[in-house]
Amino acid sequence: MTIKTKPLPPHTLPELRQVGKPLRRVDAMGKAVGATVYAGDFALPLMLHAKVFRGTQACARIVRLDVSKARALPGVACILTAADLPDARLVSDMPGQTGQKQRSGSDVPVLASDQVRFYGEPIALVAAETLDIAERALKLIEIDYEILPGVFDPLEALQPGATIDNLPDPTDPDLRNVVARWAIRKGDVKAGFAEADLIVENTFRVPYQEHAFLEPEAGVAWTDERGVLNIRVSTQVVEHFRSIARAVGIPQSQIRIQGTMVGGGFGGKEDITVEVYLALLTKATQRPVRLVYTREESTLAHSKRHPYIISHRTGVKRDGRITACQIKVISDSGAYPYLSPYVLLYTTVMAPGPYRVDNVQVDSVAAATNNPFTSAFRGFGGPQACFAYEQQMDAIADALGFDRYELRRRNYVRTGDTTATGQPIETAAWLEEAATRVLAALEAGSSKLEARNSKLETRNSKLETDNQSPAIGHQQPVKIGRGIASFFQSYGRITWLHDTSQAWVGVEQDGTVLVRAGVPDLGAGQINSLCQIAAEVLGVPLERVSVYATDSALTPLSGTSTATRQLYMSGNATLMAASAVRKVLVDRAAKYLEEEPEKLDMADDKVFVSADPAQSVELSNLAKVCASEGLPLANLAMFKAPFTDPIDLATGQGRVFPDFTFGAYGVEVAVDTETGEVTVLQAVTCCDVGRAINRAAAIGQLAGGGMQGMGYALMEDLVVEKGVIKTPSLAEYLIPTSMDFPTTQVIVLESGTGVGPFGAKGIGEPALTPAAPAVASAVSAAIGVPIHELPITPERVLRALKQRDSLLR
Amino acid sequence: MKPELVTLHINGRPRITALAPNVTLLQALRDLGYMDVKCGCEQGDCGACAVLVDGVAVNSCLVLVGQADGCQILTAAGLGSVKQPHPLHEAFADTGAIQCGYCTPGFIIAAKALLDHNPQPTELEIREAISGNLCRCTGYGQIVEAIQAAAERIANGK
Repeated sequence: MTIKTKPLPPHTLPELRQVGKPLRRVDAMGKAVGATVYAGDFALPLMLHAKVFRGTQACARIVRLDVSKARALPGVACILTAADLPDARLVSDMPGQTGQKQRSGSDVPVLASDQVRFYGEPIALVAAETLDIAERALKLIEIDYEILPGVFDPLEALQPGATIDNLPDPTDPDLRNVVARWAIRKGDVKAGFAEADLIVENTFRVPYQEHAFLEPEAGVAWTDERGVLNIRVSTQVVEHFRSIARAVGIPQSQIRIQGTMVGGGFGGKEDITVEVYLALLTKATQRPVRLVYTREESTLAHSKRHPYIISHRTGVKRDGRITACQIKVISDSGAYPYLSPYVLLYTTVMAPGPYRVDNVQVDSVAAATNNPFTSAFRGFGGPQACFAYEQQMDAIADALGFDRYELRRRNYVRTGDTTATGQPIETAAWLEEAATRVLAALEAGSSKLEARNSKLETRNSKLETDNQSPAIGHQQPVKIGRGIASFFQSYGRITWLHDTSQAWVGVEQDGTVLVRAGVPDLGAGQINSLCQIAAEVLGVPLERVSVYATDSALTPLSGTSTATRQLYMSGNATLMAASAVRKVLVDRAAKYLEEEPEKLDMADDKVFVSADPAQSVELSNLAKVCASEGLPLANLAMFKAPFTDPIDLATGQGRVFPDFTFGAYGVEVAVDTETGEVTVLQAVTCCDVGRAINRAAAIGQLAGGGMQGMGYALMEDLVVEKGVIKTPSLAEYLIPTSMDFPTTQVIVLESGTGVGPFGAKGIGEPALTPAAPAVASAVSAAIGVPIHELPITPERVLRALKQRDSLLR
Repeated sequence: MKPELVTLHINGRPRITALAPNVTLLQALRDLGYMDVKCGCEQGDCGACAVLVDGVAVNSCLVLVGQADGCQILTAAGLGSVKQPHPLHEAFADTGAIQCGYCTPGFIIAAKALLDHNPQPTELEIREAISGNLCRCTGYGQIVEAIQAAAERIANGK
């Protein structure tokens, strides 16, 4: 079937000089030559080395804990247990922010005192003169447990009487093991189903995913000469200094977090990691302390992507129009809430997908278990929702005998439609534009794949001639299939969190530009984007912009590098600050050039008359004049996201997000029906990024997110048995290598309609969301069996084929 | 274990140091201040700690320091600097091959080892050469492009 790409609607995209170009990022060369200093690379004189003593039970009472032998080991400077830290708790559910009452017991103890609730829970901290001594001290800590049964299945956890023995509100039996609940009631679901010609019901399951960032958690802390506790750490959130101050018992003004370049975060460094332990040990010893996790400890210590069980019941008309949907969502939060209530909200809001449905009912619940705790991971509940709604769309299309894309096309939301929570979509929703481009690219790519296809055919014919496949007879064992997934994903934080970001921009007297912003750079180019924006506004080359970032004391607070918010929030703050400085410069130049300010422009280190660029003034000269006249050449700006009230908790109606990103992902796969092996032949993504600030970085996000999504679909298999992670290494938990999947072909669309700077939308998280659903769709197209569960391992493919064959018989 | 004297020729400079024989080359290099050699797993799974030992790319976490006694060791920083980058450094910086950058020194070393033996590799040869290095950010496409671009730059004498 030939697909005609849908022409882009009229849209304006002003010509820009720096923004949009694939310029060399400001952080690139330092990283290339190995000069960038990461959190674990930093050392101080007389520094101690820390280790964390962790529990080896998923659910147990601590009967005896004896650290005396460890404490007596020569070279051990300090051992801390919960007994030393009576009030050390991390608040993980902020009242008034999730819109729910704060539940007792939802705070996370920094160290477990009388019981452990997940495998690897921290129990004691050690600081010693050498790493070797610290490791020996761990072995001298004595502990006895009384093992408790524990709950390892979220469905079981929600049964009456089940308890993981701490959570969340023992006084309210209805809330037993319920970490969070959300509900959406839109329209009239009963009437919608009554109107339907067909009702399709399915249940989908998605697994854990491990972030597997290359840099394990690391940091170093020290107390300076004024008593300020300094922590140099790899984190997505420098604002954690407040929670740490509370846990450690020091004023918030006496703690400073100096964030380093982050060696990969993906949400796994969004919660507090090593920094609270460093703070406690430094406070106790008054010496510098370093703590770096091993790979195994990293895997045990940080959160995972939530496993979900999502059930869809969808009513459709024969023409493919959806009349109603009823969705049930259950997530496994592990022993502590962390960000589970928020992640669950994202899943809830996005559960019906980018489709127009007037009658929606969603009920979601996050259950506490004794499994590894779950929290943020790139996509934040969106990828799980997308897997379910896209596999459901395939099931509906197959049931109606529709082309899978055509069914989607008939239901796509458009600008002006509302989401399940009644929030209007205010910017471009280029779903059809993206999907048709993906399909066309797959079609075009197929011809280029001839070489590989011929290899497949050789295998097919060889097997046929060898007659090695009696079960399949003369059928070819290798099947080809294509799949596509459409998606929408929010960017920016939940609007009732009242998000703000600040940035400072200044021009020096030699005409160079400085940006200051407390932005953690996770590698996505967060700080480079700010520089490229400032360079655009102030008309200087990117090399003449310097940036100071990620310091909770010295750079303006810019908020978290999470929720695909930094470009939107801090990009806008930088744009505001740079524009204010530009106005001062242009107004002053206008007097000198005897021209109206509106008729001037800035580029190439000059302010000039747009109509006659020869009439100009050098930026360096202009800056000196402004300085001598006392004109402000620096500006601190604050950008505010829309502030709203929380949604109505009974109906889920109201605004939840600033805006959404839309796009599509497509893959072509070959499935070997004898071995169950799935080979991705090609992958294409097309996304409306609003406006690319750095084109190479935008492509990198989309291709890299696609790779993580394909890993989630096919390879990444975190084995958890009775709460214990059985795959705590990169040899057991396999992430994609250069040989596993082809590079995702990236098609960047720019509607210019986003709420970020220059019309940008966010793409960090959206990049990942549709990949796994597209792979599942392709596999099911290839073998004719629906895929309801990830990862799509060879075993699962073979099991699915067996089921199909037994049904056919 | 008792320390023993070990001579490591790191990035062209001899360094004589007393180390216990159970210390890995990775630990030794980092203790000597070569922080461009990154520690990602200490089990040989990720390639972040790759260095050239007598021209051969190895995961330094899997080599005991005694095994490298007297050897020539090259780290990514030994290839060039911000002021005088190697064509590989430039190509990586220019093609979007670097996101978080933590895996980058290991990839530069793997690429250097490849181009030393095979100055004009095919895409598949590049992919094979870097298959022991994990990158969680880029999806590898821009890294492959960077190595192709570096090969061209080197061939053109740039």
